[in-house]
Amino acid sequence: MSAGDVDRTPVADAEVCVVGAGPAGALVADRLAPDHEVVVLDAGPRFDPADRLARQERAIRPSDGRPDVWDVGGERDAYATSGERSYPLNHARVKGLGGSTLHWQGMVMRLHEDDFNSGTERGVGPDWPIDYADLQPYYAEAERELGVAGASDNPYAPPREEPHPMPAFKPSYSDSLFAEACEELGIDMHSVPNARNSEAYDGRSACAGYGTCQPVCPAGAKYDATVHVERAEERGATVIDRAPVQRLEHDGDDSVTAAVYATPDGTEHRQEADAFVVACGGVETPRLLLLSASDAYPDGLANSSGTVGKFFMDHLFAGVGGTLDEPTRQNHVGFYTSACDQFYDEANEEVAPFKLEFFNYAGPSPVEMALTGDDWGDELLGRLRDGYGTHVAMGGLVEQLPRSDSYVTLHSERTDDRGNPVPEVHWSVGDRALRTIERANEIQRSILEELGAEIEWVVGPDATGPAYHHMGTTRMSEDPDAGVVDADCRTHDLENCWIASSSVFPTSGAMNPTLTIAALALRAADDVRERLSQSL
Amino acid sequence: MELTRRDAVAALATVGATGGVALGTRRSDDGGDGAGGADGAGEAEAAALDEAAVRASMAAVATVVYPEAVDGVEAFVDRFLDGRLDGSAHAAGLRATVGDLDDAARSWHGAPLVDLSETTRDELLREVGADVADEVPDGTLAERVRYYVVNELLLALYASPTGGELVGLENPQGHPGGTESYRRGPR
Ligand SMILES: Cc1cc2nc3c(=O)[nH]c(=O)nc-3n(C[C@H](O)[C@H](O)[C@H](O)COP(=O)(O)OP(=O)(O)OC[C@H]3O[C@@H](n4cnc5c(N)ncnc54)[C@H](O)[C@@H]3O)c2cc1C
Ligand code: SF4
Repeated sequence: MSAGDVDRTPVADAEVCVVGAGPAGALVADRLAPDHEVVVLDAGPRFDPADRLARQERAIRPSDGRPDVWDVGGERDAYATSGERSYPLNHARVKGLGGSTLHWQGMVMRLHEDDFNSGTERGVGPDWPIDYADLQPYYAEAERELGVAGASDNPYAPPREEPHPMPAFKPSYSDSLFAEACEELGIDMHSVPNARNSEAYDGRSACAGYGTCQPVCPAGAKYDATVHVERAEERGATVIDRAPVQRLEHDGDDSVTAAVYATPDGTEHRQEADAFVVACGGVETPRLLLLSASDAYPDGLANSSGTVGKFFMDHLFAGVGGTLDEPTRQNHVGFYTSACDQFYDEANEEVAPFKLEFFNYAGPSPVEMALTGDDWGDELLGRLRDGYGTHVAMGGLVEQLPRSDSYVTLHSERTDDRGNPVPEVHWSVGDRALRTIERANEIQRSILEELGAEIEWVVGPDATGPAYHHMGTTRMSEDPDAGVVDADCRTHDLENCWIASSSVFPTSGAMNPTLTIAALALRAADDVRERLSQSL
Repeated sequence: MELTRRDAVAALATVGATGGVALGTRRSDDGGDGAGGADGAGEAEAAALDEAAVRASMAAVATVVYPEAVDGVEAFVDRFLDGRLDGSAHAAGLRATVGDLDDAARSWHGAPLVDLSETTRDELLREVGADVADEVPDGTLAERVRYYVVNELLLALYASPTGGELVGLENPQGHPGGTESYRRGPR
């Protein structure tokens, strides 16, 4: 659709303005739309579902980089990285209706009970102002909203009140190989919750086995937030794409009054509303607050505590891979079906929580191999046969602690396509996380050795990288001097402004964040509704 | 191993038939100079091959880049191209590049691509540099031949069930082969 065809003018009498149409913003909009006039503004486009196969081709062909699959990059998405570890931000996000879930892997676990009380239970980091019990009903709801396939066979998972909405995906053939080795070593394997349809669900089809889940599912079987964007629209919300919010304005009574946004034709508009929910992801959310500095808030909106942008965290990857002397049947599907949370709650001051994953996509994908290399015909087939078939690999995620030398700020010189300072990601990782990566590697290595694998690669403390989960940059705290939002995700400084994002996580645990983002978003939406009913 | 109509349909289901490829390539979007294969487009007018010749030329290249073990190549390529040769920028780039490759065949080997022996076709592809080039849709002739001709054909084959099976993977990436095969052990 060309930019000219679409009405991007503000909505009159809007009650709620949501900034960002990833899962957090879309869930808030969907929940409030039946009873309120809701408008959603997103910086990126409305992608045409008919293009998904072409995007899949981009994912497979070597000429396109990963960010190209969803048109990330260029001046709109310019950024700087300045920490001891460089941060590939544009591999780690998508802008547009659906947000980063268009690209995501779709693994959705609940945080463990101790993750909410890291200071008390593990002796490091702050406690959250809420407990697992506060979030538990919202977790169940989030699982129904996203559509989660899972089972109750995981003895290490936190308590559940009901089964998952869909049965878990059955274990893979390679899981059965791992299972023998794990049994020998006394290591437990269990199913893993997937935001992916193991059967038809919510009007979307069951997984068809395309195997390109990350970065695109052509079948719509993997959840992405276009589901809730579309439903919010059906329920009356107005969703405006290609409308990056430049700044939030406020009045003298500590209320946000308007979101000022740009449109493709270069005009700026003001969207007024009674309540504002900022849901721009863990990097753009603090950036927008910093860009909204005013005389009253010279260090950035909602930043009286000085913590906006601080304590940037990601999960760290740990992995080991190799080959067996037998077929392992990899790369049929693009997701994993077994995991191990056995070591997660052994965490303490010295060792971080971590989880282990048994991959179904170890080693190269033949079709991708075929497109690179200087051979064809029988020679190429020979190379593919040699290269594919016997790989095994394990991954894992490790918690990092919030640190003052890990942060997101505005770059002092570079600006984006609209002249706004770009985000600067300064990512630093401490010794506890690095030690834990070694510990994870030890276990992974022992399992692969028990399997009889020849180990070919190890991603340890030096080679580790981020899992693309942006957390901590507008942390939640009961104390207005120590954090940006309260336990309901409402900013301490501005009474009609909420933040729905993993940016509110005070600590990160080692579980992928999006189910927790969704649960918090639903909970924040309830708070917005309640306060709107009291006319704020 | 016989390539079937089902394989061609499956390959199209992978990479997208009409409509899907209309997305074009990101580089040509960015460059703002219209269709993919921009620098070949002008010459393409002169060198334009008719539809049948484009198809026959692609099939002729396929016999070189596909392994000996597959049969039914011509029909497979033809069926695959039914979905790819639409009005998109990708189709225009493909036609232009096949035209340029055919030109090279005529000037270097004195005959159209389809009339060259299999060995000479293989030589021609190496002479233009398509073996060592990375695929680039709006790049040099070598890069475009790699993108629109060689990789186009390899993608079609190795994302199809028969192509996958040659390697031992009956549900290759890009093929919607369901959720049974990942659970099966080796046969
Ligand atoms: C490759 C990859 C794999 C992943 N795998 C998993 C996984 O398996 N499990 C998991 O839990 N998580 C995973 N994630 C992370 C997951 O995608 C994010 O946690 C989730 O999408 C965050 O949701 P969100 O709504 O907060 O932000 P996003 O999804 O990032 O959406 C933010 C939206 O805000 C918009 N926006 C930003 N700035 C502005 C502005 N100024 N004005 C208007 N709009 C704005 C953006 O355009 C975007 O659409 C993965 C991420 C990546 C990149
Ligand atoms: S394997 Fe992944 S990409 Fe394919 S249908 Fe299933 S969820 Fe979608």
